[in-house]
Amino acid sequence: MKAFTDLYTALDETTKTNEKINAMKEYFLSADPQDAAWAVYFLTGRKPKQLIQIPKLVALAIAVADLPEWMFAESYDAVGDIAETIALLLPESGNTSQLSLSYWVEQRLLTLRGVADHIQFENVLRAWLELNESQRYIWNKLLTGAFRVGVSQQLVIRALSTTFGIDPAVIAHRLMGTWEPTKEFFARLTAGETADSDVSRPYPFYLAYPFEAQPETLGDISDWQAEWKWDGIRSQLIKRDGQTFIWSRGQELISDRFPELLEAATALPNGTVIDGEILPWKEANVLPFSQLQLRIGRKTLSKKILEDVPVIIMAYDLLEVEGEDIRSLPLGRRRHLLERILRGLSCSADPRQLKVTEFDTSAPSCLRLSSRLRISPTVESETWAQLAAARETSRTLNVEGLMLKRLVSAYKVGRQRGDWWKWKINPFTVDAVLIYAQRGSGKRASLYSDYTFGVWNNNVLVPIAKAYSGLTDEEIRRVDSFVRGNTMEKFGPVRTVRPQLVFELAFEGIQKSSRHKSGIALRFPRMLRWRSDKPAGEADSLENLRALLQNR
Amino acid sequence: MCCITKGVNEIVKLTENGLYCQSGDFYIDPWRPVHRAIITHAHSDHARHGNLRYLAATPGERLLRARLTPDCSIETVAYGQSLKIGDALVSLHPAGHVLGSAQVRIEVDGQVWVVSGDYKIEPEKTCAPFQLVPCHTFITESTFGLPIYRWHAQEEVFEEINKWWRANKESGKASLLFGYALGKSQRILSGIDSSIGPIYTHGAVEKITAQYRESGIALPETTYVSLLPKGTKFSGSLILAPPSAQATPWTRIFGTASTAFASGWMRIRGTRRRKSVDRGFVLSDHADWPALICVIRATGANHVIVTHGYAAEMVRWLNEHGIRASAFSTQFAGELEELQPSGDDEREAALAQAEQTLKQSQTSTLQLFGAQEVPRFLP
Repeated sequence: MKAFTDLYTALDETTKTNEKINAMKEYFLSADPQDAAWAVYFLTGRKPKQLIQIPKLVALAIAVADLPEWMFAESYDAVGDIAETIALLLPESGNTSQLSLSYWVEQRLLTLRGVADHIQFENVLRAWLELNESQRYIWNKLLTGAFRVGVSQQLVIRALSTTFGIDPAVIAHRLMGTWEPTKEFFARLTAGETADSDVSRPYPFYLAYPFEAQPETLGDISDWQAEWKWDGIRSQLIKRDGQTFIWSRGQELISDRFPELLEAATALPNGTVIDGEILPWKEANVLPFSQLQLRIGRKTLSKKILEDVPVIIMAYDLLEVEGEDIRSLPLGRRRHLLERILRGLSCSADPRQLKVTEFDTSAPSCLRLSSRLRISPTVESETWAQLAAARETSRTLNVEGLMLKRLVSAYKVGRQRGDWWKWKINPFTVDAVLIYAQRGSGKRASLYSDYTFGVWNNNVLVPIAKAYSGLTDEEIRRVDSFVRGNTMEKFGPVRTVRPQLVFELAFEGIQKSSRHKSGIALRFPRMLRWRSDKPAGEADSLENLRALLQNR
Repeated sequence: MCCITKGVNEIVKLTENGLYCQSGDFYIDPWRPVHRAIITHAHSDHARHGNLRYLAATPGERLLRARLTPDCSIETVAYGQSLKIGDALVSLHPAGHVLGSAQVRIEVDGQVWVVSGDYKIEPEKTCAPFQLVPCHTFITESTFGLPIYRWHAQEEVFEEINKWWRANKESGKASLLFGYALGKSQRILSGIDSSIGPIYTHGAVEKITAQYRESGIALPETTYVSLLPKGTKFSGSLILAPPSAQATPWTRIFGTASTAFASGWMRIRGTRRRKSVDRGFVLSDHADWPALICVIRATGANHVIVTHGYAAEMVRWLNEHGIRASAFSTQFAGELEELQPSGDDEREAALAQAEQTLKQSQTSTLQLFGAQEVPRFLP
């Protein structure tokens, strides 16, 4: 626990990539493999679910620190984090635990689940007595299920890769899917030999960067493949050993949410991995994303919802064929193989031998393995100008814009610049008035940085969206001081402020909603800029927004 | 309760100019120009321009002169020496905050009031240690008046700074440490291991450090950055600078540097991260929560007035714990400027404006008092 706390502190204290990598390297080299496995588990954002209810933990802390409840609330208000507030308030123990991370997690933390309150209390108390302030912070974070370390998965992969001299792509792959943090796992993770046998394991996703330049800067258009940017759930469909698995980009196994896709995948040959987008699809059209959300939200999939919101997978790429990892082949080649597979044609045992020219003429284009396994159509253009014009039609097609992929690109790991770009259409915008504010968390704890915005409806401002992102730190500080000076009412953590500040909000879509007072819901609202030039009276009206709804 | 309050002479009142003692006809740390001001210490929110006569504790005279105009009337008095000012018996006592910082003890008709100014109780090398002054009414600061604020012993913090500096030196980096130019920087200088490497200073820090030395405080050698020859390598050195220097072009000359910030606010992770420095050292010249409570209790005061910081919280806590307390809404900032160095524009603007008004009003003030000579503090 001590070494891990030091690692956490070291990572927390620097913003420099190299220092973070060095800190991890130092830890991995000296840690016991079982501890290192847990460290990897936490560093990659995995965490045990909350083990104790927050009000119970707070009550215990208040009793130990001997403080009135309101004083805890004021302290929390200043700190902005429950686990940290408790760590700062508890009387000093004078102890530092030298016991291992795995001991603390396995013997002390996970054993708290499901036991009676008084046993939980006693064990938490005992832990507080054995730990120092920074260890308590981590312990409390783990207890509340909110532990997070400030490193990206990519960085952890780089650290493991440089520490053990293994290709980062191999590490990334081994970290995919579900695994138990054990010393055996850590041994497999850092082993030089690649003998991976887990049939369900997905590949790391390759993600595109937003494209903001002029397309001409990308060179000759014939080097590029353009596709629509579909708005669904990016997923991997895996068929191995007669079993099918569907993974979301968030590395969640979501197979059982989509029985129709599992069924469709039975037709795929073994040893196939497809990267694609799960889309709600009826007849020849994609349905709005909200329909898919509705379906995901259901605990059980009724026959009705399966009929109302059927899904397909829009296949983008092929990562494995006949059990062979083909991510390093050029995109053009992978696409060609993907088309063959989805048309029910066999691929050669050695896909590298297959020539592109052998293909298109040999099969009728209507031939399709399953109507639920579709191939993402390419958008053909002779010139960038033509392509730009096609992009302008995105909204009518219910897509978010275009994807640009270099034909020779390999399927890489993570978000990288250069070969894959997402060229989204410009968002919708609305000028709205700041009406409520709430404190943020983490870096913005104790700053009023989470806002609710309203637009006019018959001289009343109706809330239409919450937004947290888009302002600079300096702007947030200015809004924060405005909020403090212009609070009209307080409802718990929420302040109603004088309606004076106008912000231009950007959003990706608009839907009718019976759950919102305004009757509409915006997709991905964020602050585009502060309209300090605009008085609140000149903000947009609900009518303007409703008009957008009808235009669709 | 109100009958009791009415029965007792209010020795110090809150007025629009600041804290005022009628019996002695003087103000304490006024925020608008007045004829007679007792200054608890030289920080800008307590020592302001434009008063006709100043009284402060002797050890802080140089600092105060440097802060104010050199020719203004500053009288000084040794700690503990009593002065009869009007009907009030006044003495200044060490507050342990910065060099020359004082608590103001005022006795009228056997009633004793103490105005704390800013204070800390941990003794250190750059100023006289805090002295507990028993009183009936205690007017206290509460900058860190929440129980989350607890300081570690300064030796631990200095050792952390040393460790950080050494590690940076080993990896060829400069160590750029931000802290309040008056008090904090000198306290750091007095506590760290100056044998690790050369220590350089920002102009604001160097100026005040020189005044500390002239006031007889021994501090390790420092060199003003701008006096160094072009091409000086900063790797391995420690550079002390005020918070306002953070992220300015000035910091670019140091090459690869690790940055740190020394302040009580660094106790909270969110604040630390918002400052975007590599390290936060929890070091404050204010009393932490346990010290505030300890001092308030130990004064024996039956009435406490809280001036700045977490005032509402402190007042509520004291009232719930059997100590009658209320708040004065003052314009003291505590360590807030450390927290928001660049967000201080409004304050700066307000200050500039106040000084402007003051220049205009000074003539009239002088006329007002010109006819009758404003009495000196000292006979």
